[in-house]
Amino acid sequence: MSALSLAFYALAFLTIAASIFVVTSKNIFHSAIYLILALFGVAGLYVLLQAPFLAAAQVLIYVGAVSMLMIFAIMLTARIADTSIRQTNEQTVTGLVVSLGLLAIIVYSLWQTPFPISDAPMPEGAGRTLGRLLLTKFVLPFEIVSVLLLGALIGAVVIAKKDPQRREPTMPKTPLPGATQEASR
Amino acid sequence: MMEIGLSHYLTLAAVVFCVGVYGMLTRRNAIGVLMSVELMFNAVNVTLVAFARYVTPATVTGQVVAIFTIAVAAAEATVALAIVLLIYQHHRGINVDQVNFMKW
Amino acid sequence: MLELDKLVKWIGDGIEAGIGALGLGPPWVILAQLVVAALVIIAFVAIVVLFLVWWERKISAHIQMRLGPMRVGWHGSIQTIADALKLLQKEDITPAAVDRGIYFWAPIVTFVAALAVYVTVPFGKGLVVRDLNIGILYILSITTFTVIGLLMAGWSSNNKYALLGGFRSAAQVVSYEVPMALAVIGVVMLTQTLSMVEIIGQQQKFYQWYIWRQPVGFLIYLVAATAECNRTPFDLPEADSELVAGFVTEYSGMKFAMFFLAEFLNMFTVSAVATTLFFGGWNGPFLPSWAWFMVKTLTGVFVLMWFRWTYPRLRVDQLMGFAWKFLLPLAFINIVLTGLGIYIFEP
Repeated sequence: MSALSLAFYALAFLTIAASIFVVTSKNIFHSAIYLILALFGVAGLYVLLQAPFLAAAQVLIYVGAVSMLMIFAIMLTARIADTSIRQTNEQTVTGLVVSLGLLAIIVYSLWQTPFPISDAPMPEGAGRTLGRLLLTKFVLPFEIVSVLLLGALIGAVVIAKKDPQRREPTMPKTPLPGATQEASR
Repeated sequence: MMEIGLSHYLTLAAVVFCVGVYGMLTRRNAIGVLMSVELMFNAVNVTLVAFARYVTPATVTGQVVAIFTIAVAAAEATVALAIVLLIYQHHRGINVDQVNFMKW
Repeated sequence: MLELDKLVKWIGDGIEAGIGALGLGPPWVILAQLVVAALVIIAFVAIVVLFLVWWERKISAHIQMRLGPMRVGWHGSIQTIADALKLLQKEDITPAAVDRGIYFWAPIVTFVAALAVYVTVPFGKGLVVRDLNIGILYILSITTFTVIGLLMAGWSSNNKYALLGGFRSAAQVVSYEVPMALAVIGVVMLTQTLSMVEIIGQQQKFYQWYIWRQPVGFLIYLVAATAECNRTPFDLPEADSELVAGFVTEYSGMKFAMFFLAEFLNMFTVSAVATTLFFGGWNGPFLPSWAWFMVKTLTGVFVLMWFRWTYPRLRVDQLMGFAWKFLLPLAFINIVLTGLGIYIFEP
């Protein structure tokens, strides 16, 4: 087995195992840590796929920002080792069947499809090409994404900001059915 | 042993995607659902980058699209987490099966 | 001259010959070379941190008109070694109520992240483990793992002070990472490359240093870097007078030492990056390249220490407001002006 396939199998194992833990872990904070591990595995896969720029961007954005925000939200909304609250709903069996069925369909169609695989090597300095493409051929989506990000920024601030007009309702006005016991813990 | 090729990456991406689907269907915690969605985003990105590597190596279009996906995922996570915090402020709970006040 | 690149190349070739004699292929040669490089860097880093701890104590003492450690060795110069031995002997306590797995891994994540940066830090001519062509981006992204470690520590300790420390460090680093990356972009626009070695190669002469063309970028980087290292005036995650010791409250012995080591390492890293980006890296007359690198980087570390013992600590809201309302717009203006400058002066 070559070093490349060894690296691939190691990263694939890491990514898949971590993602399974993400969806099954009882403690939501553990899920977040496993999510970071899975995202790191994906970054490793990008390196194997000769996309180092994307790998760095993946770590910077997903690990540095998205996961951090999630951990932040978890810290604001949960208690430590909150394993007493059930983290899964009653759809586990259905979910398992659906996802396994989907997996079977996707994998079957993947192995049936003849992809036009090209043996041409990756050009050197793909990062440079990437930058050029973003500002020439893909400049319109690039600008749209920037507007989207601006909108998300403003939207997040507006949504999460406390309304100064409203009187601070520290206790829930309309407690959710079944939420009271869990919240009081 | 086969040489690592496109199908390996696509299969891996499919597995991660389906794990994400499972998590999205079964998680009660809204942040857990969001994490599963992020897993699915990443699976799609792996597919895109794998196609860029093995099908069109000369043009890096797949990587460009992957960058857009990452940006959109970041925007989505920001807004979604803001909404989660708002729901928590109002109702002291973020389990999605209890958030049904917009149902009717 | 006393350049070390010949020595490094000689050792690398020696490893290649040795592994080749065992009949193993090129991947093993690279692996062996990387292992040796990692060991050398760990040894180097340990020495640097021992020195920095002593230096910080002496600087703080002299700023406060004290003498600092004087007993062990010349002016207390081996005091840190004694302290390190003491820390290693201490019992490694795991409190009963912590989240064991995460509590165990938190210091390791922080320390490994602080160490992994050194893959692409150019210590001198030919003294770089791997000159990645995404160099500076790699450094920016790997440093984010440091905070993940702090968050893990803060959460798993199951202690409100530790949790508050974790909160603060997350908020702080997410906020200050943005202006820091934007300040780096200002330089990258001029260099047209992300590789650390190439960036240094463009600053051969004194007047070519990028600080002359990116003074605002440098100031933003300096402030953001101080915040990234959790140093005073931005040391809120472990503010001793408010939070006991923040995220390290529950840690002792070796695990505490790892956090401590990581903090000083990060300080060295940000000054090494500043040296590379703004001060011409290893370039300089007379002295060998690695000596210039060390002189410039240690000067940067000295400035950070000087900050710590001069400024009072900020409040949390001041901290966040400063990042989002002042540094971020300034960084954007800097990028626009840099773009205009490139458009006008370098067609």
